[in-house]
Amino acid sequence: MSARLIWRKSLNAFMLSLTGICTLLTVSALFFILGYLIWNGGKDLSWSFFTHLPAPVGEEGGGMANAILGTLKLLALAALFGVPVGLLGGVYLAEFGGRTVPFLVRYTADLLNGVPSIVIGIFAYALVVMPMHHFSTLAGGIALAIMVIPTVLRNTESFLRDVPRALREGSFALGANKWRMIATVVLPAASRGILTGVLLALARVAGETAPLLFTAFGNRYWSPGLMQPTSSLPVIIYTYATGPYEDWHKQAWAAGLVLLGLVLLTNITVRAFLSRGSSYERI
Amino acid sequence: MATTPNAATPSELSLNSRAWFRRIRGADEIAHLITFIAAASILLITVLLVYQLWVNSAEARAKFGWGFFATSTWDPVAGDFGALTFIYGTLVTSAVALVIAVPLGVGAAIFLAELAPPKLSASLTFVSDLLAAVPSVIYGLLGVFLLVPLMRTTIQPALKKTLGFLPLFRGPAYGIGFLTAGIVLAIMVVPFVLSVSREVLLAVPRDQREAALALGATKWESTWKVVVPAARIGIFGSVFLALARALGETMAVTMVVGNNPKISASLFSPGYSIAAVLANEFSEATGNLYLSALIELGLVLFLLTFILNGLARLLILVTTARGSGVLPS
Repeated sequence: MSARLIWRKSLNAFMLSLTGICTLLTVSALFFILGYLIWNGGKDLSWSFFTHLPAPVGEEGGGMANAILGTLKLLALAALFGVPVGLLGGVYLAEFGGRTVPFLVRYTADLLNGVPSIVIGIFAYALVVMPMHHFSTLAGGIALAIMVIPTVLRNTESFLRDVPRALREGSFALGANKWRMIATVVLPAASRGILTGVLLALARVAGETAPLLFTAFGNRYWSPGLMQPTSSLPVIIYTYATGPYEDWHKQAWAAGLVLLGLVLLTNITVRAFLSRGSSYERI
Repeated sequence: MATTPNAATPSELSLNSRAWFRRIRGADEIAHLITFIAAASILLITVLLVYQLWVNSAEARAKFGWGFFATSTWDPVAGDFGALTFIYGTLVTSAVALVIAVPLGVGAAIFLAELAPPKLSASLTFVSDLLAAVPSVIYGLLGVFLLVPLMRTTIQPALKKTLGFLPLFRGPAYGIGFLTAGIVLAIMVVPFVLSVSREVLLAVPRDQREAALALGATKWESTWKVVVPAARIGIFGSVFLALARALGETMAVTMVVGNNPKISASLFSPGYSIAAVLANEFSEATGNLYLSALIELGLVLFLLTFILNGLARLLILVTTARGSGVLPS
């Protein structure tokens, strides 16, 4: 073998193993993060964490029941406002759209998806908090809903497009009109994929902190109704982690573990089980 | 006539859905309209977003003009605001993030697209997607309690010893600062570089690789000299996408950047970023001018990411369309 060939072959081996190391580094980050959170947060996780209000400053113990409930309420609002708009919009793009409007909507949806979440927070602040003159669960829910819409819309469209033409034509041949075809044939056929998209979008906004800082704000007590500020898991992790008390730090780790567990579990379940094959294959 | 012809209709509707379906055959138009309104509302939201940012920042725009971007004072008490330090911090932390994340992400994408068997590639991409789903406040949490002490005691002193001749790695090691924020950001954006780059690499036709291999190229040479150049534009797209993410990332940066409005050549120095100042000061802003200066910062951030994202999508669209030979609808 000539020296040149040896050089080329060793460069080949070296660079290829380097790309392998890059992959290993990237992928191991997830396991490291998860392991470190379990290590730090696991020991402070107790039953009272899920059932009690935060303890007064300086007192040990307490829980985050109000933050957990707050996050659930915010997610429910985000789903209530965001999912119908995204879903129907997706139906329009896939089933009714012409040329220009769908292109415009699609492009805008992608751009809106990339807008920093803190800017969405400012928007919701100007839209809801400023006219009402106080922070509220409603404002936080609207901020999250705005973030849910583009994802649900794009997902719904792409899954509707995957539904085979034959199904649509079959339904037309039986005399159904267009909206009945959509409501009774196409949407059920794509339901699994659409549900995947909705759950992933909700899992994403569940961990958002920035849009809630000045919309839902925070609260050390329960927040009845929708018109009062509410605590939420991501915001309380931020507050506790940057606070001065040792006990707060412990609680932040525990809350971090709960939040990460929630998000990862949703992601894994949804991606592994729901997205496997489209449901029309089973019809 | 005393009887109303419509009185029986509601019960008929619920009793006989078949008749109901027939009755509103003309409902296609209604369905069309309703879904159109839903789709158009996304345009409306975006326009309203720009409008709100523009109108609510009017006071600061009128008072400071373009000078807003050139001054570095940030004095809420005196009512004097300039964005330079925040813009600087945003750009520096994002640059650090890209310097780390791009080689790492593209390297991993090459491995996953060219070398790994499909099954392994799919499951590793799955893990990387999960990494992208980790909430940013979790990265911040790990940053504050793990990375900051590590930087202070180990990494920064080591960098100072070896690369201290560069102005970048000078000054006291606080742990917090531009470098730490950049590293946290890098870990956060790697999955984006990885998944998009992998996709555009996979879109390069198989024959290109085989032709290179048939000419006697090694696997690396075929990858680096043929496949990567063919996917170049799309990879740039992934970098822009990652940059847009990094610029707008709030929580993780806020927690480790130091929150000190200062321009410094040293990466060890604590700094501030646009998103971080919004997170810290927005809910406590007193006075209309203060609030409108903050909203103008939000407008700047919005425009930056909006342009970058638009450019990125265009580049990715161009490569995947050319690579696969079909125009995506």
